[in-house]
Amino acid sequence: MAHAPREPGIEPMAEAGSSKKLSLDALWRARTSKFADFAGYEMPIQFEGLIAEHLWTREHAGLFDVSHMGPCFFALPNGHGLEGDAAHKKVASLIERLVPADIQGLKPGQVRYTMLLNADGGILDDLMIARPAEAAAAGDLYIVVNAGCKIEDWKLIEAATKGEANLVRADDRCLLALQGPAASKAAATVIAPELSDMIFMSVRRVETERFGRLTITRSGYTGEDGYEVLVRAEHAKDLAEALLAHPEVKPIGLGARDSLRLEAGLCLYGHDLDPTTSPIEADLAWTIQKRRREAADFPGAKRILREYELGAARKRVGIRPNDRAPAREGVEIMKDGKKIGMVTSGGFSPILNGPISMGYVEAAHAEPGHVVDLMVRGTPRSATIVPLPFVPHRYVRKK
Amino acid sequence: MTKRYTKDHEWVELNGDVATIGISSYATEQLGEVVYVELPAKDKDFAAHADMAVVESAKAASDVYAPIAGKIVDANAALADNPGLVNEAPEGAGWFVKIKVANKAEVDALMDEAAYADYVKGL
Repeated sequence: MAHAPREPGIEPMAEAGSSKKLSLDALWRARTSKFADFAGYEMPIQFEGLIAEHLWTREHAGLFDVSHMGPCFFALPNGHGLEGDAAHKKVASLIERLVPADIQGLKPGQVRYTMLLNADGGILDDLMIARPAEAAAAGDLYIVVNAGCKIEDWKLIEAATKGEANLVRADDRCLLALQGPAASKAAATVIAPELSDMIFMSVRRVETERFGRLTITRSGYTGEDGYEVLVRAEHAKDLAEALLAHPEVKPIGLGARDSLRLEAGLCLYGHDLDPTTSPIEADLAWTIQKRRREAADFPGAKRILREYELGAARKRVGIRPNDRAPAREGVEIMKDGKKIGMVTSGGFSPILNGPISMGYVEAAHAEPGHVVDLMVRGTPRSATIVPLPFVPHRYVRKK
Repeated sequence: MTKRYTKDHEWVELNGDVATIGISSYATEQLGEVVYVELPAKDKDFAAHADMAVVESAKAASDVYAPIAGKIVDANAALADNPGLVNEAPEGAGWFVKIKVANKAEVDALMDEAAYADYVKGL
């Protein structure tokens, strides 16, 4: 049997040998030996088993170490002299040079998902941008970019806003994601009761005696309710251990993180999104708010707005193979013997107990219900286009 | 009956001139949960080391090579509906195929259980 997987679900994005250890490396190694390089970090891939961890997260709560990602603070320089909305609008207008979301329109404590774009409207990375809730932080943004592109992203942001704002990396801290229906209960018990009052896609700074100052967003990438907690490295071990001591919380590896986000129909940068892909092709038009569409003032606006009005030539879709063979990244999608697209993520869904894939197909074949062929190891296998997500999201939208 | 192992973690159990083939317990531990197994059709001929089957875990797809040359006489139909058998009983009910062995000397050349145990320890 070949040791090297033929179609890895998770690819290292950095060269071998250059990998960094997580701050909590020892904590995870005490619980698993299964590590793999991902985006330049040695990451725990699996603890008790990918499917068991996946189901635990959907039924209880999982703790993920996502400290490889790129949290940062982007702020107007000291002495900017602006307050409240004026300070926010100023800093937001700077980052809006690179992203198509309405960042100026964020309310205090609101988070938005958006993407960095190139001049052709292609996606350089997807990211979260938050406006702090605290009045004292007016003129700051809290931004989290992907691990694999963080250095390039930060360089791009700095180059586009030089002298007008400062970017401070926060990836020396730890970022822990707590995800699942029991996340709210566990976070309220372990961190602070007020966390259960937050709604999905909001941010709050929380001062705690035990874990210091935390920057917490109610967000995640599993389709479940949950939080992403930025904690200083010196308090990270205490926080992780306290969360793991909660009976509903177990550690979850990067393997289950991938299957959870795939079931939730969420894109993995470098796989489902890349610099050739536009937000419209990726079915992310909802991330471009009206003010930005009308202003048409973001990179690649011409292409993106044309596709918004007329439709893109290809579209990201969900795909259910009609048998049990997983169709993974790189599998060609055919119709009547002609290639119409490609799978960009694929694997096994523990909730549906069968294979699921995501990919891009020509627009004419993108409607749910269309039957296509997936070329798995040279053999066409029937599959059906389905709506995304595969498993409904369970975000907490209202208090 | 002799049971032998390959460096690629297949096992081969010879009974007369028919060998049963599967993947070792060690291999399944490395793979994690098996969610799909693709087996060859009956009567297909394989040279030793040729791609013979594919085993897919929740994580990834891996090739399974023919440990020895021969012709497929049976494939484990139970794996189609229950690929988890490979995890539950990798060296029993989770077998992959039976082949009519072309050259029994190829089986003898593989590692016996003790040698394979030593080999795995060194990995």
